[in-house]
Amino acid sequence: MEINQMNMDKQSQNLTKSPSSFRILWRELVRDKLALISLLFLIIIGIFVYGSSLILDQSEIVKVDLFAINEPPSEEFILGTDYGGRDVFGQLIIGTRNSISIGLIVTLLSGMIGVTFGLTAGYFGGHVDNVLMRILDFFQVLPFTMLVIVFVAIVPNYSILAFSLIFTAFSWMSIARVIRSKALQEKELDYVQASRTLGTSHPKIIFREMMPNVSSLIIVTMTLNLASNIGLESGLSFLGFGFPESTPSLGTLLSYATNPQTLEHRWWIWVPAAVMILVLMLAVRNVGEALRRATDARQRRG
Amino acid sequence: MWKFIVRRMLTTFPQLILLSVIIFLMAQAMPGDALTGLVDPNVDRAAIEEQREKLGLNDPWHIKYADWVSGLLQGDLGQSFRYKMDVTDLIEQRLINTFWLAVATLLFTYIIALPLGILSGRYNDTLLDSSITGYTYIGFATPLFIFALVMLWVFGYQLQWFPTGGSVAPGLEAGSMDYILSKVNHLLLPALSMALIQTVSTVQYLRSEIVDTKQKEFVVTARAKGASETRVYNRHIFRNSLLPIAAYFSYEITLLITGTIFVERIFSYPGMGQLFLDSIVQRDFSVVTAVVLLFGLAAILGALVSDIILSIIDPRIRIK
Repeated sequence: MEINQMNMDKQSQNLTKSPSSFRILWRELVRDKLALISLLFLIIIGIFVYGSSLILDQSEIVKVDLFAINEPPSEEFILGTDYGGRDVFGQLIIGTRNSISIGLIVTLLSGMIGVTFGLTAGYFGGHVDNVLMRILDFFQVLPFTMLVIVFVAIVPNYSILAFSLIFTAFSWMSIARVIRSKALQEKELDYVQASRTLGTSHPKIIFREMMPNVSSLIIVTMTLNLASNIGLESGLSFLGFGFPESTPSLGTLLSYATNPQTLEHRWWIWVPAAVMILVLMLAVRNVGEALRRATDARQRRG
Repeated sequence: MWKFIVRRMLTTFPQLILLSVIIFLMAQAMPGDALTGLVDPNVDRAAIEEQREKLGLNDPWHIKYADWVSGLLQGDLGQSFRYKMDVTDLIEQRLINTFWLAVATLLFTYIIALPLGILSGRYNDTLLDSSITGYTYIGFATPLFIFALVMLWVFGYQLQWFPTGGSVAPGLEAGSMDYILSKVNHLLLPALSMALIQTVSTVQYLRSEIVDTKQKEFVVTARAKGASETRVYNRHIFRNSLLPIAAYFSYEITLLITGTIFVERIFSYPGMGQLFLDSIVQRDFSVVTAVVLLFGLAAILGALVSDIILSIIDPRIRIK
């Protein structure tokens, strides 16, 4: 008896819990040096941008100062000033903050819609799936940029909130597609079938049982979407249909470069913003790619 | 195959109807109507009202919609408030400009994508492959408008190799050789900027497809039969890897539509994208509606063409 007990103790010591999906994500992130550096960079940028915007006053920065128009970088203005005499460095910080914020908001909102849509289509399958996917196909084929621009132009009370909602309305499709194909596989698994047999309600199975199981995929897709949303937002602001000039985003700074004079002779206005967008997008994407590898056991490095 | 094509075409109709409804509702939500811009403010209100009644502007929405669609089918896109001319006439020249820009971009896209994808797939995990992969990785994360700005700055302003705006040099006679050369010269930089960014997804897919196909058994068989390495790649592997290119064609069209808006703005190229942005700013909404409609149509038809090409290349799709 006693020997048996001892054996069992030994055995249970040898059994380790299989790593949770979040542990796997984390482990892959640490193994991939580029992704780790990117993540650290993003954290530092985030702290710096959000921290300093507590000190910096947005309305002070966007105030026009006609005595300091288009000044090259100097000690007073680290990155010079734009055509309205506004400090470019201050605008760069505020712009980065606004771009990241809107990117996060849109990614979260479109993620919520997309995940719900995708899980519903995948879970029910059959006709429901068919109808939902045709709707999705249609949305995906629409010219995104044009429709956003038109809606931005015709919405009566235009605000940042309205912009994020319009943006979201046309950008939930990619994540919905990814989650749907995962949900199609997931619903065949025993735990879903068992739960169904027990009579669990559909919403409960979808959100309480299936969603946690696809959570790592949701995180990965949303991270990758964040990168492209930051790019899309700055593109729209560049065209003049994103943030108003009183709330600069990185795209606003770049839009000054549509003036040939600025493009040719005043690099300090637009090059820093361009570099910032590029670096931000690459960093977010590096993290996202590392996470994506983590969800696919064959590609893992860690 | 015909069965598939017909079925695929049938699913296009609901899409077209949905598109027309969305655009119609959008047009209704836009401020002003066909009379706002035309009418002299001194004209009597009752007369305007009478005219509105006559033009059917007070009709319920479903009748307006039917009128609008039947107008569209006859090629009537309405009138521009701003230019006081038919939208069709206004669009014609712009459409031709954008068409050539799109053709040049597609051409460059595939000229770049095919060799890079094939090389990178054939010699995978070599220095060549990693530099191509590096290019696609960075290209994927680079927004088109930033890249186009940099291209314009470097090649247009600093090196002055290319013109920095417009679609043709002024003072040339239309149809002459110089005119055509000047047109091409104005096209090159915008098209190249767009293609260099747009091509990366095709390169990536072609590469991974070739890497996958390389290990398939029919390739081993082909080698065992004594086919030369070039033949194995050009005949056996390449044909099977063409699929992603066809599948990406519709995606390519969508990218192209978004791309022209940015690129035409940056290079001040007088095309549809530029017209769209100008009309929005000038609140010339009948033009906006027409442009969105045409681009939406192009996207839907692009998806249709892409699926049909796919069904011709890949018999497996037809069965499904």
